[in-house]
Amino acid sequence: MKLITAILKPFKLDDVKDALKAAGVQGMTVSEVRGFGRQGGHTETYRGAEYKIDFVPKVRFELVVDDGVVDSVIAAIKAAASTGKIGDGKIWVTGVDRIIRIRTGEEGHDAV
Amino acid sequence: MRRKFLRLALGSTVATATALAIPAIARAEDIDPVAQVQATLDNIWVLVAAVLVIFMQAGFSLVEAGLTRAKNVANIFMKNLMDFCVGALLFFAIGYAIAFGGDMTGLGRFIGGDGWFLAGDGVFSYGTLDKFVFFTFQVAFAATAATIVSGAMAERTKFKSYVIYSAVISAIIYPIVVRWQWGGGWLFQLDTPFHDFAGSAIVHMTGGIAAVMGASALGPRKGKYGEDGKPRAIPGHSIPFAILGCFILLVGWFGFNPGSWLGADPVVGTIAVNTTLAAAAGAFVAMMVTWLKNGKPDVAMTGNGLLAGLVGVTAGCWVVNGLGAIIIGAVSGLLVVYSVIFWDRMRIDDPVGAVSVHGVCGAFGTIAVGLFSATESEGLVKKGLFYGGGADQLVSQIIGVVAIGAFVAVTSGILFLVLKKTVGLRVDEQEELEGLDVHEHGMPGYVNDDMVLR
Repeated sequence: MKLITAILKPFKLDDVKDALKAAGVQGMTVSEVRGFGRQGGHTETYRGAEYKIDFVPKVRFELVVDDGVVDSVIAAIKAAASTGKIGDGKIWVTGVDRIIRIRTGEEGHDAV
Repeated sequence: MRRKFLRLALGSTVATATALAIPAIARAEDIDPVAQVQATLDNIWVLVAAVLVIFMQAGFSLVEAGLTRAKNVANIFMKNLMDFCVGALLFFAIGYAIAFGGDMTGLGRFIGGDGWFLAGDGVFSYGTLDKFVFFTFQVAFAATAATIVSGAMAERTKFKSYVIYSAVISAIIYPIVVRWQWGGGWLFQLDTPFHDFAGSAIVHMTGGIAAVMGASALGPRKGKYGEDGKPRAIPGHSIPFAILGCFILLVGWFGFNPGSWLGADPVVGTIAVNTTLAAAAGAFVAMMVTWLKNGKPDVAMTGNGLLAGLVGVTAGCWVVNGLGAIIIGAVSGLLVVYSVIFWDRMRIDDPVGAVSVHGVCGAFGTIAVGLFSATESEGLVKKGLFYGGGADQLVSQIIGVVAIGAFVAVTSGILFLVLKKTVGLRVDEQEELEGLDVHEHGMPGYVNDDMVLR
């Protein structure tokens, strides 16, 4: 089992969700986050004074999937989230030791 | 004849009626029904206008809350709430007597002293107005003067100290300023009387000057100035709040200015149009200035421009013509943008621009009467410099602005200094960082109830 984490542009939330559902993913968690990468921040103006926004709003997807579908899930996210412009975000994959469904007590593959 | 008397007397706000001392409503048997209907309409209109002015408190609350951070939102609303409530009690107890009571000679030219607690025969009433209707209108104005300061001192003032300040300005400082002009005092008794129809100087500049004294006594918010000493933007948490507040203030101003005629008369239409034109010009010019200066039209500053135009035209809304109102509004809209930048550079941290809107544009609007007045009215106001009236009115306007400005600066300056040395003016550093809502009032203004523990 793998945990796939993706940091994406907020307005891609719906596109990516739909793409993941189409790819057979049954659950996911999203959160509103802020951060910056190579894109850096941007400047805004308020009452005539410029100020720098270092931490840009992003959306974070987290989903646990079976090893076999990792590549197809990544492909789905990439296709849906890409704009070709700077700041599209990142995807990373980490290993998961255990996973438990609370209601039934199922573990491992059954709990995904 | 009677209509003529009414127009003259009402135009002066309060002073001429007192000077003439004609009982406005005679005994029932010798009054004509037309006059009686007129008196009733006068009272109804002024009471409605008073309610509109009281509604301005909601506008001030929203503007100030919108232009400051979410962690201090409950504190801002609480300060506005107490400005009205503490102010109303004290203006009832002593402020009204200081502003309007007693005769206008000797010391009475500077401070009144009859009709305490609205009791006794010495309670002042004006023209056809019931004394309680007139009081209600005046108490709404007192609360306006007090509440202007709240925004400039936002996000760092001890609540306790703020309430004491609010009490003193409503009870003593503002009523003395009112005495000098609307109470028939020395400014009204100048050879060419000072003219401030609805209070650009008496209400708004008074609040604006107290605001600059308060903000400078406090010092800037943490993080307002970078290590290089340059001012930084601390964005407010709700532009919709701020602009909704501006709209509410605009609505309220139609009680503030036309209501100051203190009677039901078609002339309120002229005053309403001048008010509208100046507000529109102020907002439009402020928008254009920020657009040309920064590349984008700034929403919060455009809101400030609307208020600047309103403050500017308040003194002259009866005496200027439409063109004069537009020019006064436009100049106010321009002034407010550069004034905000100026005070920022002077290290006076005014989160909402109250000093610029009310202080700077209030002073400008009052002086502008001496330039743009197109009305000559015996014993009330002369034509301005640009309308062939010479410099007489302009000189009186400058005398009034300087006198009121100096008096408020000194008295409010002493008040804030005393507060600083005794109860303390500013919250401690941790409280400022974590927000005044929790530390001063025990709970945040916004509760995320998804996460609240049972």
